[in-house]
Amino acid sequence: MLSFIARRTAAGAVLLFVISLLSYLLLSIPDVDVGRQLLGQGASQDLVDARNAALGLDRPVLAQYLDWLAHAVRGDFGTSWFSGENVTRAIANRLPVTLSLMVGVTLVTAVLSFLLGVWAGVRRGAIDRFVQVFAVVGYALPGFLVTLVIVLVFAVHLRWFPAIGYVGLTESFTGWLSTVTLPVAALSIGSVAGVSQQVRGSVIDVMRQDYVRTLRARGLPPWRIVFRHVLRNASAPALAVLGMQFVSMLGGAVLVEQIFGLPGIGSMTVNYTTRGDIPVIMALVMFSVIGVIVINLIVDILIGWLNPKARIA
Amino acid sequence: MSERTGTVRRLLRHPLGLVSAVVLAAIVLAVLLAPVLSPQDPNASSLRDAFGGPSAGHPLGFDSAGRDILTRLLYGGRNTLGGAVIALAVALLLGVPSGLLAGYYGGWFDSAANWVVNLVMALPAMVVLLASRAILGSTVWVLMVVLGFLVAPAFFRLVRGIVASVRNELYVDAAKVSGLRDPRIVARHVLLVVRAPIIIQVALVSGIAIGLQAGLEFLGVGSGDTPTWGAMLNEAFKNIQRAPSLMLWPGLALGLTSGALVLLAAALRDALEDRGTAPAGRRSRRRARTAAPAAPAAPAAPAAPRSADAGTPRTGTPRSADGTSPEAGERAELLSVRDLAVSYVLPGGGTREVVHGVDLDVRAGEIVGLVGESGSGKTQTAFSILGILPEGGRVCRGSVTVGGEEIVGMPERRHRALRGDVVAYVPQEPMSNLDPAFTVGSQLVEPMRHKLRISRAEAVRRALDLLDQVEIADPRRVFGSYPHEISGGMAQRVLIAGAMSCDPRLLVADEPTTALDVVVQAEVLGLLRRLQKERGLGVLLVTHNLGVVADLCDRVAVMREGRIVETGTAEQVLHAPRHPYTQKLLGAVLDGVPARGPWQPSNAEVV
Amino acid sequence: MPGSMSADRTAGTPAGMSAGALLTVEDLRVSFPGKGWRAPRVEVLKGVSLDVRPGETLGLVGESGSGKTTIGRAILGLVPVHSGAITFAGERIDRATGRRRRELSRDIQVVFQDPYTSLNPSLTIGDTLSEPLLGQGYGAREARARVARLLERVELPADAAHRLPREFSGGQRQRVAIARALAIDPRLIVCDEPVSALDLTTQKTVLDLLLEIQEQTGVSYLFVSHDLSVIRFMSHRVAVIRHGEIVELGEAAEVTAGPRHPYTRALLLSAPVADVNGQRERREAFEREFRAREAGTGMGETVS
Repeated sequence: MLSFIARRTAAGAVLLFVISLLSYLLLSIPDVDVGRQLLGQGASQDLVDARNAALGLDRPVLAQYLDWLAHAVRGDFGTSWFSGENVTRAIANRLPVTLSLMVGVTLVTAVLSFLLGVWAGVRRGAIDRFVQVFAVVGYALPGFLVTLVIVLVFAVHLRWFPAIGYVGLTESFTGWLSTVTLPVAALSIGSVAGVSQQVRGSVIDVMRQDYVRTLRARGLPPWRIVFRHVLRNASAPALAVLGMQFVSMLGGAVLVEQIFGLPGIGSMTVNYTTRGDIPVIMALVMFSVIGVIVINLIVDILIGWLNPKARIA
Repeated sequence: MSERTGTVRRLLRHPLGLVSAVVLAAIVLAVLLAPVLSPQDPNASSLRDAFGGPSAGHPLGFDSAGRDILTRLLYGGRNTLGGAVIALAVALLLGVPSGLLAGYYGGWFDSAANWVVNLVMALPAMVVLLASRAILGSTVWVLMVVLGFLVAPAFFRLVRGIVASVRNELYVDAAKVSGLRDPRIVARHVLLVVRAPIIIQVALVSGIAIGLQAGLEFLGVGSGDTPTWGAMLNEAFKNIQRAPSLMLWPGLALGLTSGALVLLAAALRDALEDRGTAPAGRRSRRRARTAAPAAPAAPAAPAAPRSADAGTPRTGTPRSADGTSPEAGERAELLSVRDLAVSYVLPGGGTREVVHGVDLDVRAGEIVGLVGESGSGKTQTAFSILGILPEGGRVCRGSVTVGGEEIVGMPERRHRALRGDVVAYVPQEPMSNLDPAFTVGSQLVEPMRHKLRISRAEAVRRALDLLDQVEIADPRRVFGSYPHEISGGMAQRVLIAGAMSCDPRLLVADEPTTALDVVVQAEVLGLLRRLQKERGLGVLLVTHNLGVVADLCDRVAVMREGRIVETGTAEQVLHAPRHPYTQKLLGAVLDGVPARGPWQPSNAEVV
Repeated sequence: MPGSMSADRTAGTPAGMSAGALLTVEDLRVSFPGKGWRAPRVEVLKGVSLDVRPGETLGLVGESGSGKTTIGRAILGLVPVHSGAITFAGERIDRATGRRRRELSRDIQVVFQDPYTSLNPSLTIGDTLSEPLLGQGYGAREARARVARLLERVELPADAAHRLPREFSGGQRQRVAIARALAIDPRLIVCDEPVSALDLTTQKTVLDLLLEIQEQTGVSYLFVSHDLSVIRFMSHRVAVIRHGEIVELGEAAEVTAGPRHPYTRALLLSAPVADVNGQRERREAFEREFRAREAGTGMGETVS
């Protein structure tokens, strides 16, 4: 188990390194004169050069990258070129917002999709048709369109929730709840659709397995077979899909945060990437990739726990 | 190609398929004909008309800058759909060939490609697209190329997975042995299989691409003048308080397009499944054999439902060898089956009877063989006795008594109470009948605790004792093992131990040794004989192997096409068969056939 | 050593290698990569030697995992040979690749075990049968005529060419597979468990067909099966394989009636016969010889 985690962590580190190198090189392709942009057209060339030198931009790209890497591994992502903010601190300030969303969506998705999926897979009939229609519709509609409709209905028309803004969890729980409910609901629809469909499929699959028939022949009651044996065997593929959903959730968060005006990582991405602010973009890419790696690791550990056969691999 | 037109026709008969195909066609057509349908300039604005409602020549009204909504919608569709086509083309070009190569040849290319794909899949598309805008500028077309790169893994994984499994199919080996070159094998066997899933994936990925692209445009990526659905939504969102209805048309266009694409994919999948081109894996045969009644084997098209037989009188009680056969007279106390018929609901409606009136008795301490070839209904008969017929199957006629109790029509709860401690089941495939997620021990302990209401410690003690009784050398080790850690023969012993765990009186064993090698088979047969003697069990042994019958059975019933054609003592049936079918079966047995003589060189001269 | 052991069993040629053999396999070793990272390679064949003469059937009997199927696949070029020699009609073919391998398909053909997966479900029987003909550069019309003759040869209706495999039973599909193997008059057919997926009555008719074809064409068979009675019925000589090694090789009558190696005896005595008294004797002999000694961890039980 420990060696598995160690191996996966090492692989993740390699992945991070490669992605960081590629991103840095690609981001350095457009020859942006940062100093000129900061100081304006009126500034003298000497001043601009001095500013660029101060930012380390007069050195070769590879040297810049190594310098960035040396700081990044210590958790220091430098300062934003254009706003002068400390990037690490800026991200730390915004992380709780995005984490609230992610954790909320993951919980909602896990609970709802397992309920719906198991119910549909075991009962079939009307509930099954409902889950399938929901899955197709939820999958078919672009997430931000759903978000817009939700804003229109619940915030603009019904005025149940604020359309915009964020209240920290530490400030007021109810405030926090009212500001994250709609974003979480908006993000959850797509992932519940995807995951519940997978749960349903695996449940139906497992119900047809020979060992389920044998368990029935042993005289075990159906609910026991479903909750102990079917659920456990059906969970592994569903978890894998949940892990994949997480990546697209990150993308969804960008739009949802923008629509709801939430000060999270997602809206930061929109605001900073346009200008090619390399320290900020690099930090954002690193954070998302680390998030993906961590989620995949957790998913794999859970799958290994659920399915002993997968443990060897 | 008739096969292909068949699929198209089936797709169009599918209501969802038809609707989504028509919607998509209409959208594409309207967008292509934009200059004809709406001759105005999409950017022509008159502030006077801002937020104006529908009027002559402007059926959908005006946006916040006084531009005609219909015109912008049509031209915006060109950009949106065009962008999706670019992304799709890039994704197909990158994903399909690399998936084919990686799946067919494997090796280093496969490893390298997989690594790259995992890397790309760890990247959140939205973040990368926004970041690439900083590098590549804000031209949407260029970003769509990046998007194509990001969704290419979807095609790579799909194609690679299918190709890798097709590569292992025996028909591909046969093509290699037939001397076909690799490109030809790929064209003949592989492309045929991946074609349909790729088409489905194209529909799905287009939906995703359109959504992502609109999302980017919504965030303001792209030049301000270019009309796109996403940009229109963005503009509408800015005015959400003042004119929420502005969101209607672009939202509808976007929702309809991606919705139609996903529904089309779903309908396509249904249409293809109907045709049954899904690569027929090994499983399908086994499933056909053990679960639902197999399709008629003869080249005839699906046989007419046999339910007509239900009305005709049964063809008399099977001939029995001696007058003492219980079927002739009163019913056996332990298991007695009379006139049992089993039918299945057919997918297209209607039912089909697969067992037509079977009579069978098993007395305590007796082993009765139920012999027949595949599709004879012997397994269906066994499942009916246990009450574990698969979905769609039911006992439609007759009577089954177990321990004197009628189980046909018995409430499920009471029937369940009989399973395990009155009648127990030993299945055919040892491996697939153990839950892979639980240890052998816990699978033995769980039913005992539930049925016998004993403590955990007591159940563990009994489980270890059972493992010892089924002649497992190291019960403790096996108790703690997972099913994949033990051999097939060992797994079958575990299943026998499980069947014995609640001291049943009747054992229904469905081909209990068919999946085993002969030496293990001999051991397991010996084990079954010993346990049966020690416990005075009645056993119904379903088998196709006449040697197994000779080894274990006291009496035999020979089954064919859902009917019992002959019953008698094992001695009589094997040595003096009366029914022509039994004679034919025994005639095909190779046991007594003399060995082939030595090779004669003269044979070679024919070459 | 399989060679020395089988020497006394074959027609007197040293090391079991017959003069004028069509196919000779010498000290064949095949291994596969182990599961998991840096796992050692798993040796499936540990030095197998055998030969097949023109018009002869060599039966290869063994249990699952013994490596019997791998021998056939190595001869067909479907698995890489690690070491050893495979000689066909005087030519080394164990390293044959590309064009030469494709040319060999004229001489060496195969009938696989599973008639369900050995035919592409979406190709018509006619397409499947013309596959080897296309590989050899036949024209379309020629191929059609030949397909019709092949169908007749294996006693299938002529209109079968236009139908899909799913319309046929297992036995009929296996006839199609046999027809495919016969398409270009091969000199050797590797029959890999060709009847083990079939019902008893179908099995007999397919075996009869194979025998009849051999008598008419003089084709050689390497006949792989786990069923000793099928092997005895089909083979002139029999090789018994266990754990990747040949433990006994000799005339069919001798190996299947009076086996010398204890493993062959176990195989023979453990297979039940459809004769109540005969089976009782067999069972008692088996229990005397094997079970008393090692209950629960008998010959066949491999504890992983």
